[in-house]
Amino acid sequence: MAMRTPLKDVRRLGSAKEGTDHFWRQRVTSVAALLLLPFALWIVLALVGADYDVVRRTLGNPVVAVLVLLFILTSIMHMRIGMQVIIEDYVQAEGAKIALLMLNTFFSVLVGLAGAFAVLRLSFGVAI
Amino acid sequence: MAEAKARELHRIERPLSPHLQIYSPLINMVMSIIHRITGAALYFGTVLLTWWLLAAAAGPEHFATASRFFGSLIGQTVLFGYTWALIHHALGGIRHLIWDTGRGFDLRSVDIMCWGTIIGSVTLTVALWAGIIALRGGL
Repeated sequence: MAMRTPLKDVRRLGSAKEGTDHFWRQRVTSVAALLLLPFALWIVLALVGADYDVVRRTLGNPVVAVLVLLFILTSIMHMRIGMQVIIEDYVQAEGAKIALLMLNTFFSVLVGLAGAFAVLRLSFGVAI
Repeated sequence: MAEAKARELHRIERPLSPHLQIYSPLINMVMSIIHRITGAALYFGTVLLTWWLLAAAAGPEHFATASRFFGSLIGQTVLFGYTWALIHHALGGIRHLIWDTGRGFDLRSVDIMCWGTIIGSVTLTVALWAGIIALRGGL
């Protein structure tokens, strides 16, 4: 005889009202990052230590610029929700937790926008 | 507040479930921990990469400053570590994506994939840097 009640099942979107949104977003951004990873590794390691003109021209190339922007976008989304889970796991005090979750978003958006700004400035400033 | 304090005073000593220090480390457990640590390291490492991009956008003098840092022993060590963390986290991510499909949960597969993550990440990182150093024409 089963002693379980239907209450063991999550109904609709669950108590957080988000369903599998967080889980799915982590997966989508990770697949995107995996696809872009060989390119990202190549670009950073090829350009670190290279001459300034080479760096400027490479990052100014529209194809390179768009791929770098995509990598920034997917990485920032991925790392933001990843750090969110770390904070939720280890920070127990409610106030500190909320403050850190906010800081996490601020940090991610700041780093992402700054990186995107730099790439856009480089590519808009270079004649192809 | 008073209620919380009262609860604290009357807390019953219940048995606790064993925590990390009780278990001898297993490869899947170690890989899980390293996956999280590399993730957090990559998170803070984005500051350096963004600094490098901003320096490139700011002009030759700023770029020269950033290049000096990344070309130094500390800078190269950080980049090497960052490369490893990135590759390790990526391979660990592939393992998790395989698990997401419901496959690979038998112990043999778990062990193979976890050892594959660490062996793969170290091998790929060393190979990549050997290639970079060779292209540069030595250290």
